[in-house]
Amino acid sequence: MVTYIVRRLVTAVLILFGASFVVYQLTALSGDPLEDLRASNAPNREQLIQARTELLDLNTPAPLRYFGWLAGAAKCLVPFAATCDLGSSIQGEAVATALARAMGNTITLVTTATVLAIIIGISLGIITALRQYSGLDYGVTFMSFLFFSLPIFWLAVLLKEFGAIGFNNFLSDPEIPGSTILVVAIASGLIWALFASRSWKRKGIAFVLGAVVAAVLLFVLDLADWFSSPGLGPIIILVTGVGIAFGIVLLTAGLRNRKALFSALIMVALGLVAYYVVNPILNAATIWMIIIFAVVTVLVGIGVGYAMGGYDRGQSMRAAALTGLLVGFLIVVDRFMVTWPSYVNNPRVRGRPIATVGAETPGLDGTFWVNGLDTFTHLLLPTLALLLASLASYSRYSRASMLEIMNMDYIRTARAKGLSERTVVMRHAFRNALIPLATLVAFDIGALIGGAIITEQVFAFAGMGQLFVQALQRTDPDPIMGFFLVAGILALVFNLVADIVYSFLDPRVRVKT
Amino acid sequence: MTTQSPSDFPNRSTSTVTGPVHKEPTPDADPTPDVEQAPAADQEARGLSQGQIVRRKFFDNTAAIISLVVFAIIFVLAFTSVGFAGIPGWWKYNHTEFLPLIDGGAPTVTGPFSWGEHPFGQDSIGRDYFAMTMRGTQNSIIIMFIIGLLAGLVGVVIGACSGYFRGWPEAVLMRFTDIVIIIPVVLAAATLGQAVNRYVGSGAQIWLLGLFLGLVLWTGLARLVRGEFLTLREREFVDAAKIAGASNRRIIFKHILPNAVGVIIVNTTLLMSSAILLETALSYIGFGVKAPDVSLGLIISQNQEAFQTRPWLFWFPGLFIVLICLCINFIGDGLRDAFDPRQKKFNAGRAKDAEKPAAA
Repeated sequence: MVTYIVRRLVTAVLILFGASFVVYQLTALSGDPLEDLRASNAPNREQLIQARTELLDLNTPAPLRYFGWLAGAAKCLVPFAATCDLGSSIQGEAVATALARAMGNTITLVTTATVLAIIIGISLGIITALRQYSGLDYGVTFMSFLFFSLPIFWLAVLLKEFGAIGFNNFLSDPEIPGSTILVVAIASGLIWALFASRSWKRKGIAFVLGAVVAAVLLFVLDLADWFSSPGLGPIIILVTGVGIAFGIVLLTAGLRNRKALFSALIMVALGLVAYYVVNPILNAATIWMIIIFAVVTVLVGIGVGYAMGGYDRGQSMRAAALTGLLVGFLIVVDRFMVTWPSYVNNPRVRGRPIATVGAETPGLDGTFWVNGLDTFTHLLLPTLALLLASLASYSRYSRASMLEIMNMDYIRTARAKGLSERTVVMRHAFRNALIPLATLVAFDIGALIGGAIITEQVFAFAGMGQLFVQALQRTDPDPIMGFFLVAGILALVFNLVADIVYSFLDPRVRVKT
Repeated sequence: MTTQSPSDFPNRSTSTVTGPVHKEPTPDADPTPDVEQAPAADQEARGLSQGQIVRRKFFDNTAAIISLVVFAIIFVLAFTSVGFAGIPGWWKYNHTEFLPLIDGGAPTVTGPFSWGEHPFGQDSIGRDYFAMTMRGTQNSIIIMFIIGLLAGLVGVVIGACSGYFRGWPEAVLMRFTDIVIIIPVVLAAATLGQAVNRYVGSGAQIWLLGLFLGLVLWTGLARLVRGEFLTLREREFVDAAKIAGASNRRIIFKHILPNAVGVIIVNTTLLMSSAILLETALSYIGFGVKAPDVSLGLIISQNQEAFQTRPWLFWFPGLFIVLICLCINFIGDGLRDAFDPRQKKFNAGRAKDAEKPAAA
């Protein structure tokens, strides 16, 4: 195994050398870095041209200039010496600093979208595979083809128009007209009917229930002016928490496992107690505090599950920890919602919360909660655009994988043993269906830092993609090389990780040593 | 970048496997059983070639056929309306004429046969938007086909050589593929686009853009073809051909390639649909087709500020991108099903019955 990894790493370094040389030459060819100066009519034009020629070392031919850059970049390999020299952009900013900033921005943007796309896409794929040829399957398949075919810049402009401008207009006067309630109710009923199982009677019940619940919900929310001052409150947290507890136990242990169910419900009760106890402390929250709370919640959940004892403690522990985590998430969401009015009325936000450009409201200086909301409103639309665009491949992939698994002999064996459908699907099929997806996920995480060039461009988000595009427009080689170095190294490393992970997950596949 | 790259496509078959129940079709369920519905053994008895089987399966796929028809309509519309390669089209305007604005440039199309003066409206300086959209569609289709052809060709040659010959050709070719794979596509396109504008002039822009994109997009296909060749070359029929004294060329072209043709065609089709998105996205951020020529991505980018006041400038080009891409995707999916030997003729009602015992 070690030989294999070492060999792959050596190859990766060689590939990186070759590719970086090509990229450098391409960049040098791509345009004239002096273009804007040549066109300018500043009195000191000649001097400016001179200065930039010197800065970019334009008198040396590009193939030789590459080695100058390489010498600087090679210093980054010296550990702890802080001699890293990736050059500087035309404006004179060191590339290393620019890269660090852009990377931070990109990671905040892309992580949520990727994680959500993976979770939603895989669940959709699995569900459609289990309901092959149902209305749901056709619906989801068509939608994924549609989203697959949508140009992301077009989608982004649409989102800006209807998601930001339209929604902000709505928020300034949150009054839902009856016709909207009707349309939303019918849509929600249709979606519920799609998810319901095959018989028409059940579909009908699901449609009516979905429509009525949606209509009543919208009506009540409208009456209570919820959109101006949202919040969950203890009762909704309790009801949702119990729902979560049942759902998680149903999926992970089966409702017949009373011990797991009780430990999950205990976690909901504890969460409700925590809602009152922790709330005063949350005023001075930081991100670390939230993380520590999350860890504590998981530990408490594991403890509760363990204390319940019984035949299979692991199931109770898992269910309790997961329920605790989600209830904790609800409490945090509630807290954010409570902060919402003060965020919207902040003089810098001026009552138009959903932003269309940038990563944050400039000059906004608030508590953790206000800043968190600010990040949320800025990330909402780009995340949505990325999510919709990448959802399709995950759902298609996991559907295909699940269909293949469900036809395997060991699934038939599991059914023949008399296992419940839940056990067959969750324990035998689902886990194995995820194996081929591990490769895809690893690739995507590798490509994550490279950023979303188009999305960042449309939403004016100062991430890696924008750094790259702007440097390319100015024919500025050093930032491009910096971008390429980061993206290329990550791509190569995650390629390797994907192969290794695959051989761990699927014992039939062994790496060649 | 987030434009879907070919590697994003599900390469494994998204087959709609219906299970063993299909092997016993009830004769009375179908009064006129035709070849596709009969078991596979029957097809062989009747001596259908692979091409015939695939064609029949493909033509049974409603979504794929509808897509094919829609794509053909778009194709004919785009190429005949504004003319192509110097041949004038039947539409009265072209994409460069400035005309006086009529009714603020609002679209006049009211139905499929009442187009009016400017069916898709006019842009802010009075150009006929229908002509522009058609020209952009034409360009997108041209680029798409060039990319498909070129990337397909290069990918197949490189993948086939490295998969068949193994040894040092494989090492060299695959390392070369690795190098090309991590070069950002945007960079390659932008660079080569600039170079084109400088040395060739903007006339040949479309063709060369397609050419260059094709020269960097073949990597995914090369890997797939290599994988396919690696498994196929170990099969008995290849050994048999070798023992019979067939040359390498003959084995590659006559024995292995026909078996890998499904993978190649399907993935080339899917590559083409992502090529459309890539071209429009590149033009949108200013690295693809440049003015004065027209691309669907370029006109969306030029007119997106006017969304509030003149939304049609935004809707029509976007609609055409989505339509083309959707058609190509459905065609690709239909081809995938057609080439998949495990796939029997799809019949929703029977599939449901078949699935019930399996999923119960």
